[in-house]
Amino acid sequence: MATAQGAGAGQGLRLIAPPLLYAILMLAIPLLTILAYSFFRDDYLTVVREFTLDNYRAVWADPIFRAILLRSLAVAGLVTLTTVLLAFPVAYFLSFVVPPQRKALWLLLITIPFWTSYLIRVFLWKVILGYNGVVNSGLKSLGVIDQPLQFLLYNTGSIVMTLSHAYAPFAILPIYVALEKIDRSLLEAGRDLGESRAMTFWRVTLPLAMPGVVAAVLIVFIPTIGDYVTPTVIGGGKIPMVANMIQAQMLDIDNKPLGSAIAISSMAVVTALSLLFLLLNRRFLRVRA
Amino acid sequence: MTIPQPSARVAPASAAGAAPARRPRPDQAPRRPMIECRGLHKYYGDYHALRGIDLTIREGEFFSLLGPSGCGKTTLLRTIAGFEDISSGVVMIDGRDMRNVPANVRPTNMVFQSYAIFPHLTVAENVGFGLRRDPRSRVEKAAAVEEALGMVGLTGFGGRAAHALSGGQRQRVALARALILKPKVLLLDEPLSALDRKMREQMQVELIKLQRQVGITFVLVTHDQEEALVMSDRIAVMFEGEIAQLDGPEALYARPASRKVADFIGVMNFLPARIMSETHDHVTVAAPGLGTVDIPAANVSRVDAGDAGPSIGFRPEAATLLGAGATAAGRVTEGVIDEVVYYGDMTYYDVIMDGTDAYDGIPHEVRISMRNVFGREVPDVGTRTRVSWSPGSLVLFR
Repeated sequence: MATAQGAGAGQGLRLIAPPLLYAILMLAIPLLTILAYSFFRDDYLTVVREFTLDNYRAVWADPIFRAILLRSLAVAGLVTLTTVLLAFPVAYFLSFVVPPQRKALWLLLITIPFWTSYLIRVFLWKVILGYNGVVNSGLKSLGVIDQPLQFLLYNTGSIVMTLSHAYAPFAILPIYVALEKIDRSLLEAGRDLGESRAMTFWRVTLPLAMPGVVAAVLIVFIPTIGDYVTPTVIGGGKIPMVANMIQAQMLDIDNKPLGSAIAISSMAVVTALSLLFLLLNRRFLRVRA
Repeated sequence: MTIPQPSARVAPASAAGAAPARRPRPDQAPRRPMIECRGLHKYYGDYHALRGIDLTIREGEFFSLLGPSGCGKTTLLRTIAGFEDISSGVVMIDGRDMRNVPANVRPTNMVFQSYAIFPHLTVAENVGFGLRRDPRSRVEKAAAVEEALGMVGLTGFGGRAAHALSGGQRQRVALARALILKPKVLLLDEPLSALDRKMREQMQVELIKLQRQVGITFVLVTHDQEEALVMSDRIAVMFEGEIAQLDGPEALYARPASRKVADFIGVMNFLPARIMSETHDHVTVAAPGLGTVDIPAANVSRVDAGDAGPSIGFRPEAATLLGAGATAAGRVTEGVIDEVVYYGDMTYYDVIMDGTDAYDGIPHEVRISMRNVFGREVPDVGTRTRVSWSPGSLVLFR
């Protein structure tokens, strides 16, 4: 018995060895390096390898860091809210309205944005929203406006719009999967027990879809808070987020220990918020038989 | 369709197997109709699922819709519940037309085949689901939930997570959840099909008791003829979207309206026959092996399309194998035992009856069931034997 188990475990280990090795090399080691750097001291051109907490003190004492972190959280929160609120009806439609034989086609259509690079999609939004972009020239040729609208680009709204579009499939798919798993007779039971369609949705469908919603929230929130491209391109550099600040410290100012401390600090904040969110939703995430 | 009148009641025939005996409820004054279906048709695209259902289910009745899968029985139940729109016809519940009345306001509750227990709620939350708009206080509602759980034998289970329950417990929760709302009609969609045999037989008895206790009209959908015979006051047998026969269990078993019904419910032996003459109260037929017999008019059924002429039918327990030297009460035909199937309490004998090949050249085999009595010898295959039968137990399919 023990040998059989040992053989099974050995086989499992061999199977996951390549991705495990890759993860250690490309994820764990860089992360640990950043963690180590955040405790080193910067000496203008070199990094002095002696333990210090000065970086963290500097980061948390800096009002700019706090402002940018708060802005990043606000933008990511807004993006998450928009994305999940827009994704839910799409996922619901996909699960409850689309006939089974068409679902594969619809899923394919939803993943179409992934067929082009993220960077190109962000630039396309700039083309759409820009000074001489699609929206402005369209409205001008229709005679609705004389002068191009200036508020379309380079603000928080445009960042939220771009990121929400980019992350939509990531939100639609987990919610769709959760909705697909709901036994349809449960919805009939809700109606049978005297509830309207709306109340059945509220008391049965939504709670059962929550694991998907929670997954969608985390999948959208965590990467968008660290997004670097969209604030640069769509925000025009005027609305830096925390990733832009890290980039500036790491490359422009060349203060790697301080940049690392900012990175670790924002990671800690995101981790804490995610855990809090999971805790708040724990009753929806109980294991189901 | 015509409902055969129960004129001369035949002694209740026990259903095959070890089903608990059904006690007929004391006859009361004619009860008022609870569910009325008139000219009900349902199409799914081109598929004609319900083909003109006319049906009256009385108040307080345990009614079953029995038929093979695809016969429309579940569609009919879901139509009553309000989950299916009807193409034409009328459904009335308690005298009220249910047109444009959605499922959530109908005075019916359902026990689903899958039980449909909400996995995100506890047992008590499941049972109390329908009480949201109940004006009673929290404490009173909790007491009602506990009472409903007690009724189905789940006292103290309220705090359990729904997904930690066994199949039988889930079913009880589904029952309690529906009954707590005191519906006028309880609809049960194959509620016992997911349970093992022992559990199923136990739940059959419990359901009968529960129904007597609460006095609510029960409508049960099942494909299990034994279950329907055990539990129901009346049964509608359905084939291909139509009601083939609507009758009490005894009448259904003893005097099936057609060959198809006879074949579906229990075992029926068929022998070819010819009609010789007919009077107002009996039909005289000649059947090879049985001779000339007078069949009472009450025992005359019809054949279905595609049947090869009239035939005589009788149930396995309506004939008896005579031991050596035994004297027959009825008439006797000789034959050879072709197969012996031993069931413990019963033995089935397949007997090739002498003279049954006269019409079509094929010797016909009949199945005869005998209760195994201590000390009685079980004859071997190939033994010649005498079969005793009485004309009153024969049914003519013409």
